[in-house]
Amino acid sequence: MSSSFPWLTALIVLPLLGAAVLWVVPAGRARAVALGVSLLELLLGIAALAAFDVAEAGSVQLLEVHGWIPAFGVSYAVGVDGVGLILVLMSVLIVPLVVLAAWREQGSLTVATDQLRRYLALVLLLEAFIVAVFAARDVFFFYVLFEAMLIPVYFMIGLFGGAQRRYAAVKFLLYSLTGGLIMLVAVIALYLQGPGGPQGFLTENLTGLTLDPTAEKLMFCAFFLAFAIKAPMFPVHTWLPDAAQQAPAGTSTLLVGVLDKVGTFGMLTLCLPLFPNASRWAAPVVIVLAVISILYGALLAIGQKDLMRLIAYTSVSHFGFIVLGIFAFTSTSVAGSSFYMVNHGLSTAALFLIAGFLIARRGSQQIADFGGLQKIVPVLAGTFLVAGLSALSLPGLSTFISEFLVIVGTFARHPAAAVVSSLGVVLAAIYVLWTYQRMFTGPERPELAGMVDAGTRERWVVAPLLALMVVFGFVPGPALDLVRPPASVTLEQVGVQDVPATAATEEGSD
Amino acid sequence: MTEFVAPTVDWAALSPVVIVLLAAVVGVLVEAFVPARARRTVQLTLAVAALAGAVIAVAALWSGVEETGGTVVLGGSLLVDGPTLVLQATIALLALVSLLIIADRTETGEDAFAPNAAAVPGSDYEELARRKGVQQTEIYPLVLFATGGMLIFPATGDLLTLFVALEVLSLPLYLLTGMARRRRLLSQEASMKYFLLGAFSSALLLFGIALVYGYSGSLRFSEISEATQVPGGLDSLLLVGSVLILSGLLFKVGAVPFHTWTPDVYQGAPTPITGFMAACTKAAAFGALLRIVYTMLPGLAWDLGVLLWTVAILTMVVGTVAALVQTDMKRVLGYSSIAHAGFILTGIIALNEAGIVAVLFYLLVYGAATVGAFGIVWLVRERAGGADSPILGEATHLSQWAGLGRTNPLLALTFGLFLLSFAGIPLTAGFAGKFSVFSAAVEGGAWPLALIGVLASSVAVFFYVRIIVLMFFTEPAGAQDEGAAPSSLAPSAEGFALGGDSTVAVEAEPVVQARSTVSTTVVGTEGFAVVAIAVCALVTIVLGVFPSPVLDLIASVATFLA
Repeated sequence: MSSSFPWLTALIVLPLLGAAVLWVVPAGRARAVALGVSLLELLLGIAALAAFDVAEAGSVQLLEVHGWIPAFGVSYAVGVDGVGLILVLMSVLIVPLVVLAAWREQGSLTVATDQLRRYLALVLLLEAFIVAVFAARDVFFFYVLFEAMLIPVYFMIGLFGGAQRRYAAVKFLLYSLTGGLIMLVAVIALYLQGPGGPQGFLTENLTGLTLDPTAEKLMFCAFFLAFAIKAPMFPVHTWLPDAAQQAPAGTSTLLVGVLDKVGTFGMLTLCLPLFPNASRWAAPVVIVLAVISILYGALLAIGQKDLMRLIAYTSVSHFGFIVLGIFAFTSTSVAGSSFYMVNHGLSTAALFLIAGFLIARRGSQQIADFGGLQKIVPVLAGTFLVAGLSALSLPGLSTFISEFLVIVGTFARHPAAAVVSSLGVVLAAIYVLWTYQRMFTGPERPELAGMVDAGTRERWVVAPLLALMVVFGFVPGPALDLVRPPASVTLEQVGVQDVPATAATEEGSD
Repeated sequence: MTEFVAPTVDWAALSPVVIVLLAAVVGVLVEAFVPARARRTVQLTLAVAALAGAVIAVAALWSGVEETGGTVVLGGSLLVDGPTLVLQATIALLALVSLLIIADRTETGEDAFAPNAAAVPGSDYEELARRKGVQQTEIYPLVLFATGGMLIFPATGDLLTLFVALEVLSLPLYLLTGMARRRRLLSQEASMKYFLLGAFSSALLLFGIALVYGYSGSLRFSEISEATQVPGGLDSLLLVGSVLILSGLLFKVGAVPFHTWTPDVYQGAPTPITGFMAACTKAAAFGALLRIVYTMLPGLAWDLGVLLWTVAILTMVVGTVAALVQTDMKRVLGYSSIAHAGFILTGIIALNEAGIVAVLFYLLVYGAATVGAFGIVWLVRERAGGADSPILGEATHLSQWAGLGRTNPLLALTFGLFLLSFAGIPLTAGFAGKFSVFSAAVEGGAWPLALIGVLASSVAVFFYVRIIVLMFFTEPAGAQDEGAAPSSLAPSAEGFALGGDSTVAVEAEPVVQARSTVSTTVVGTEGFAVVAIAVCALVTIVLGVFPSPVLDLIASVATFLA
């Protein structure tokens, strides 16, 4: 199924070109260029969707393979199945919103500064890496992008963040890099087990190998550690709250909403197919860790005083659900996890961006510095509430569908884990509603009286996210059509019998 | 009575070495006969021509060696095979780039070397020489002699030539180390230290050669290798001898526990020489080590394995950990070069063809980044007070590099690129190099080494990144430390921008810097160094993204002539 036009390469090259252009244009043009490029990228993404055969969503499409470093067996190979495509689409959707949200950040409230130009250039550079990493069909190419991605993020935190930004940036880099380098050893080891040759790193050439059980387990652990740090999962999640707290809202959005999906995406598309036996062997432990992540993240979120840290911890909890679904090995739960990745992206992006607007107005990230804002800024309050409700998976919003699929799918195989994890939903209600209560209800604070409500630009940032959540909440069918077939393929590769979850099937076909 | 038969010498195969050494001799004559004013120009032209000539000579030999696998020259003393040519090309190219930095002078006409190295530091005589603008142009022939020795070193086919080559490359380096223009006592101390320890290691090497000769009755690598296959009663002689020989070579590459000279010498030597030494000596010494381990001692792989493994692990760990606590830029790079020696050793221990390719490739990419990085260190200077005050020595203390990313973004970005390459971040050449040595090690069954190497790399990232943090995320010393950059900068940045002229902001910077007594600045030069650094940066990026052509080129000839 090769398409004549290299859609994915175009999706990778366009933001790179955009970043290069931003490097040279005067600061005044930076916003227009960045927004233009990212919107063009979105159109390109939609066109790629049109070129994608949804009926065959389980197979890798839009495939392009070229030799890159034949001496190492490395190819430039990109291609997407349904999951990859939907994550690429989510990424290219969020980037223009981040660009738009960063409009007035970085040094000046009115004029575009040089600082903003550099920031936007980094955002576009990162977008290219993100698209490439979701599309990579070569394990080595994936690894290279996995690491190279860190550099723009590192600068986005370190150059543009809050007071502790250097600490946060270095912590982020060291955590991720350590995981990545350990993965590198496994990548090399896996290659040596494979067929070798100039295309020895292609994912399809490394899938379905007969591996020595011990070696397979070790390699699985190395890969899983890298992805667990990235995702992030308990107990290697501690870099995330710092990074999210110190980074500007746009960076946090990309980092938590998009970039961290590489972790769970990697578990789904690399760990499981490459190491099926080890995945089955490790599943009980992973499930326990995932359940701990769900509860621990939610409990810590409840205890946070800093708004950005709070959102970060909610994500730790949500990533727990995603991992749980992946390692429960039922078609319902895996498809639910895939869909969860998209919904979490939308929901977290909305939370971070709205929080960013509020923080920019107040000049503080402390929840205690807000109060009674409902009457002063009704639009911001309302959108924040909707975004928050999506985090607690309110029926009618898309996150409900995915969380439900994960829990129901998991219940079929691991009833205990599903029951315990559903406590996370209750805790989510506490942290969301309590935060909303503290920030938006109660008596109006005199010092907040002059706060302006969301302007047109800010409404445009939030509207697409909320709209999509509602649309997918009622009509999840198109998205599920993309993620269901790959889920079945993955289960075949892992070699487990699917456990049907009747209720979920009905839910999905609504 | 047997008649003396003059050996037939294949001069063509020797041409890279001959060109460089001949030019060095001519350089000595130039010192004697060319008037002082024209000397630098003549010497520089001669040296550049010689090194470029050596590269061309290697290129001319290439296709022949690719077909035949190599030739034995001078009755087996020199082996011109694939690895030899790759290393000679690497050394000549790196020396050429280093030479540009060595030759460069600042706007005020100062190069990196003492006006008269024979003058006592701080004496009137020295001051007189400085004021008269005397220049020590002998550095060019010295560099050429050293390069000549380095070109021979990896090509040697017997132990005696190995020793001679070692001395030919070392002696000029001892001298060059002591010729720094500033901090001369430090430089002379480094030179003395280097000389004494170097002489010690030469003695070890020589003793080892004697013992191995005693065992095998030959100095030829091939014949020694044959002798090791036959079990004899003198195994201890062979073992001790080969351990001593390896020690002598490990000293040159700066492997732990023979590394103690490295940071001191790197710090004391004139910075352009440090770059030259770090890149080219390492290439030459690893080349020789590679040949000895692969062709002379493969029979001892089991006996020497423990030693090499220990050295490799220690080198990686000690180099990395010690670099963490350094505060001087040149010492950081010195310790990092030790760590890199450990990474290269893992490739040598792999003992397979992939290992040869990996080591040769690593030496090239590491050399390029090293020469470039030291070139930049040479450009970053201290300045006493304001914009018009005189430029002092190099600003090597780490804290002096704070905020360089704001004042000189392009330079800092290039330095950051070299650091990322050292750290082995994907899409830089350093990554391709590290990947190739580690994969060779895993393939050769040395996966624990690769694992330790990977862990050491991840620790090493910390100190490379620390420098990047300093350059980009920290305000220059003297400027007020702003808490949250964007918000507190907002009013001023906006003010300037509203003024409609961005030069206002640029002009305001020296005022900020003037507050501290000694500030950091980037010196303007005649431009050679900038060209050299740009070349290194280009190599680092291109080999990072498209390493294939070079890897294939190396792989096509990566077999030793037995």
